[in-house]
Amino acid sequence: MPMRMLVAGAATLVFAAGMAAVQPTHAAQLTDPQIAHIAYTADSIDIKAAQQALKKSHNPEVRGFAQDMIRDHTAVNQKALALLKKLHVKPQDNATSRALTKQAEAERLKLAKLSGPAFDRAYAQNEVAYHQEVNKALADTLIPSASNPQLKSLLETGLKIFQGHEQHAEQVVASLK
Amino acid sequence: MTPHAKSVVAAALVLLAGAAAGARPAAADTIRVIVKDLAFKPAAITAHVGDTVEWKNEDFVAHTATARNGAWDVMLAPHATGKVVLKTAGKVAYYCRFHPNMKGEITILPK
Repeated sequence: MPMRMLVAGAATLVFAAGMAAVQPTHAAQLTDPQIAHIAYTADSIDIKAAQQALKKSHNPEVRGFAQDMIRDHTAVNQKALALLKKLHVKPQDNATSRALTKQAEAERLKLAKLSGPAFDRAYAQNEVAYHQEVNKALADTLIPSASNPQLKSLLETGLKIFQGHEQHAEQVVASLK
Repeated sequence: MTPHAKSVVAAALVLLAGAAAGARPAAADTIRVIVKDLAFKPAAITAHVGDTVEWKNEDFVAHTATARNGAWDVMLAPHATGKVVLKTAGKVAYYCRFHPNMKGEITILPK
């Protein structure tokens, strides 16, 4: 059993390396409050990215996708907050959440310099990449590490929703070619 | 039984058999599909022209039931239902525009 936990820890490190250069030193001990914080952060990042897209893009496909992202990620976060309240769990900041936020800020600054079709393409491509990363993290690390069954179940539903977003983002990328 | 009576009975039997073969209720049916955990359940259904398909979205996110052939696009708000009356026979594949990983299929038979 401790061997298995080490493997899970290693998977977390790989995930963190994929997301950004930061590697949580206590990855193997990701707790439910930390997992909740990471999931909430990942959702909020995508909402901010969509808000940026709505400010900058005139493409109906891109704008429609961004509106879908705001609606779904807001719904997931509301569900998560309600669950955390019920479970008396307070989300806890951690190295992975901070790495996610830092990476997202860099991406936002990069996108801010673009406009027109160049922005549309970069935003859509980043949405594919971002959902791939988050989905991998959910499947390989966050879901297996979650202890509370209700939190685990919500993360599982979240994964299915975000897999849908990943495919949707791929369609948007294809439509912009 | 006289030959005449026999033929009457035979005719009656033929009528009965015909009625049994066409035993579909005259009234159109409503076929219900549950939308839950990002899936249409059941994913494949069979209906007749004139029937109604009703989707009940039990998820907390919005979905759509969108025909690939463009025949209909039904919005399914969270915890709400949406429906469509089937007008043309054929096989129609449909999906959710917001989550294209959700797929369904309706085989529509003539009335």
